[in-house]
Amino acid sequence: MELYDDERDRSSTPAVSVRVSSSDVATDPVPPVFELEKLEVHYGSFRAVRDVTLGIREHEITAFIGPSGCGKTTVLRCLNRMNDLIPGARVGGKLTFHGIDLYSPEVSATEVRRRIGMVFQKPNPFPKSIYDNIAFGPRINGVSDRSKLDEIVERSLRGAALWDEVKDRLHASALGMSGGQQQRLCIARTIAVEPEVVLMDEPCSALDPIATARIEELMRELKKTFTIVIVTHNMQQAARCSDRTAFFTAELDEKSEQRTGLLVEYDATARIFSNPRDERTENYITGRFG
Amino acid sequence: MDLRGKRAYADTGFRWVAIVAASLVLLILGAIAVSMTARSWPVLGRMGLDFFTSRRWSPADKLYGALPFIWGTLYTAAIAVAISVPISLGVAMFVTQIAPRKWRMPIIYVLDLLAVVPSVVFGLWGVMVLSQHFGLGRSFLTAGIILAVMITPIITSLAREVIETTPQNEKEAALALGATKWEMIKGAVWPHSKGGLVGAVMLGLGRAMGETIAVALVIGSSLGQITLHALQPGNSMPAVIANEWGEADDLHKSALIALAVTLFVITIVVNLAANGIVQRSIKRSRGK
Amino acid sequence: MRHPGDPILAMSLRPRRTWRTVKSAAMSMMMLAAFVIIAMPLAAIVWSLVAKGASVAFAHFPDFFTKTIPMVERRPGPGMGPAILGTMLVTGGATLIAVPLGILGAVYLHEYGVQSRFARLVRFMAMVMTGVPSIVMGLFVYVVWTMRFGYSAFGGALGLACLMLPVVIGSTETMLRLVPNQMREASYALGATKARTILTVVLPAAAPGIVSGALLAVARAAGETAPLLFALGAATSYNPHFFEQANTALSVQIFGNATSSFVAAQDRAWGAALALVLLTFLVTLAARVFTARFKR
Repeated sequence: MELYDDERDRSSTPAVSVRVSSSDVATDPVPPVFELEKLEVHYGSFRAVRDVTLGIREHEITAFIGPSGCGKTTVLRCLNRMNDLIPGARVGGKLTFHGIDLYSPEVSATEVRRRIGMVFQKPNPFPKSIYDNIAFGPRINGVSDRSKLDEIVERSLRGAALWDEVKDRLHASALGMSGGQQQRLCIARTIAVEPEVVLMDEPCSALDPIATARIEELMRELKKTFTIVIVTHNMQQAARCSDRTAFFTAELDEKSEQRTGLLVEYDATARIFSNPRDERTENYITGRFG
Repeated sequence: MDLRGKRAYADTGFRWVAIVAASLVLLILGAIAVSMTARSWPVLGRMGLDFFTSRRWSPADKLYGALPFIWGTLYTAAIAVAISVPISLGVAMFVTQIAPRKWRMPIIYVLDLLAVVPSVVFGLWGVMVLSQHFGLGRSFLTAGIILAVMITPIITSLAREVIETTPQNEKEAALALGATKWEMIKGAVWPHSKGGLVGAVMLGLGRAMGETIAVALVIGSSLGQITLHALQPGNSMPAVIANEWGEADDLHKSALIALAVTLFVITIVVNLAANGIVQRSIKRSRGK
Repeated sequence: MRHPGDPILAMSLRPRRTWRTVKSAAMSMMMLAAFVIIAMPLAAIVWSLVAKGASVAFAHFPDFFTKTIPMVERRPGPGMGPAILGTMLVTGGATLIAVPLGILGAVYLHEYGVQSRFARLVRFMAMVMTGVPSIVMGLFVYVVWTMRFGYSAFGGALGLACLMLPVVIGSTETMLRLVPNQMREASYALGATKARTILTVVLPAAAPGIVSGALLAVARAAGETAPLLFALGAATSYNPHFFEQANTALSVQIFGNATSSFVAAQDRAWGAALALVLLTFLVTLAARVFTARFKR
């Protein structure tokens, strides 16, 4: 089943490997939410991601930045086992969530996704009412009591800064909203199941600047309750919003003649953007390439 | 934290239900092949290959030669296609290339209406109006005409689909060179659609061969001239089955079933070939 | 250098009557004629149906639709009641069998099997199955069911269901393909299982298109005769029992009466034909309504 439908050319999906180890995760007093250790992903015989090692902290916004096609989304989708849906995708290495190996055979992908939510690049509301979109998740989890659902719907919509705009038309179709509203609806839908982590795959790339600003503002609010990992092409966005940034790039692997990506640097955002350690990071940030 | 999750019985169960439903197609086709062939055995054992080559069909003498009916099926289908092809292709070209936009929907509507009329109503009209009223009587020709009317909507709609895959570029290139509409059709649309149109016609042919009821009513149910004389009454495989079943004894029934198997095989071969051609043509033009 | 209003240029640009343009116009005329040719039988059939059928069907309304079929062919007068009931029983039964199974089969093909060898085989065989002549299906049902269990509406429904099944599978799969994958992803990302996603997100999204495809299959099944010829037997009175006893249907009645030498029977055939066409037309219309809603 082909669920990977962004326009990225799969053949240039790079491998990701660590050159500089992440800064101070090892000595962090609070254990990280996610720990990735030599993570690798194959699509069939093609090795797309390799040797990813980093840690993601709680209640922070972590950004993955870098030019097109360097594995950012691939790594993101590992975090909630969405890559399972791609036939032929194999994940190796270790990925733990609060110490539990996410890819252990005992772990159910469905359960993982109830705790780790995802917002996609293009808003994808169901062709149902606004109410039913948001109630979808709780209903899966067994909530059927109408008053409870009402409460969850309101709470989620408030959390996504959408309540005031739609409170009078909860039963109208979700497809009648603007792009920015739809994306906020998708965020509301995701937080309705009260996940711990919200993954965002370029959530603003299909939106206009004003809608983008509103969502960035929302992210800052949300991180108080959730942990956020965001993939973005827009490095100014990363600079504005994130606490920690991972910079990926793509290089040619001589053996396989494929463009493979790799993790170059992972550090506090302020540090990355003011005083990067690696020359490639500096080039990207100052616009010399990518 | 427990990430193990409950055993997903409902999920797996649903998948199995879906698999079983899909397998039904194979089951039914297999059952048709097996049971019908088995039932044909008595007559095939008795007649051997003569079943397909002999002209004598005489239940009273327990002699069954299917050749006249095979001929009848092919002949009426050929007449139907000969009549229908120029009309279908003409209409298809008309609708896609020439007709003003406003006319397209009504025309397509009319054609779809024709496609919905049940074949037995065509047969009734054929018997009452064509053969009695217009005096065409029951013959190969009458059957061919009715079949032509029935398969035209099918061929037309498929032909439309094929023709519409012609790239706009090539049509515009022809027009830009000063070609008239007809020259554009000949030069840009036709070469492109040729293959697919052949396939569409063949699908119509398959349909014409398998059509039972309308043909049974107007073909005349005669016993067996193999002739090109179209105004003679004749017979076809499906018509024979429909008309003789009621009073057939066991061996006779076996013969009729054998006819059905023969018809089945012929139509499948034609349909497969047709589908292959249409698919290839559509794929080829999309790939360009 | 040509100056504005150059008469020579203006003349050379005017439309010309050459052999080429005449030929093109003639060809267009011929194609228009082709359309007229094909429209004529339709007009003729509609005319016959209305002229001959309406007088029979609507005289002393609703007699034609409720009275039983005269057992003696020669006798004039209504009705076709049992045939109408029979058509509804047989078509309804076939729908109940073929539509759910067809949808489930299509779900397997698009959501589970996709391009697996088994799925490709099933898809191919479904295509083959759409080309099976209806009389072959009719004989098949006879051999497998009617021979053992006698005449019944159920046998007829079985035959029609076999004809409908591959059509429903094909049209449903086309509709499922139109549901964007992002929608499935959103559901999975919320922790829904595949079955739940299919049942609560994908099928509802594709529903109008699926219904439309199913209705078209129903319309075609209602008009079929051959599968019913060997399965129903011949009843002239009402038979609401689905699983037992001979029954009849509009299409079968038309077929039987069309060859009768009695005008009374022929008249009834026209009336039945009108009833059948109206029924089929209504169902097709309903299908169009659903298609329109899907395209929205």
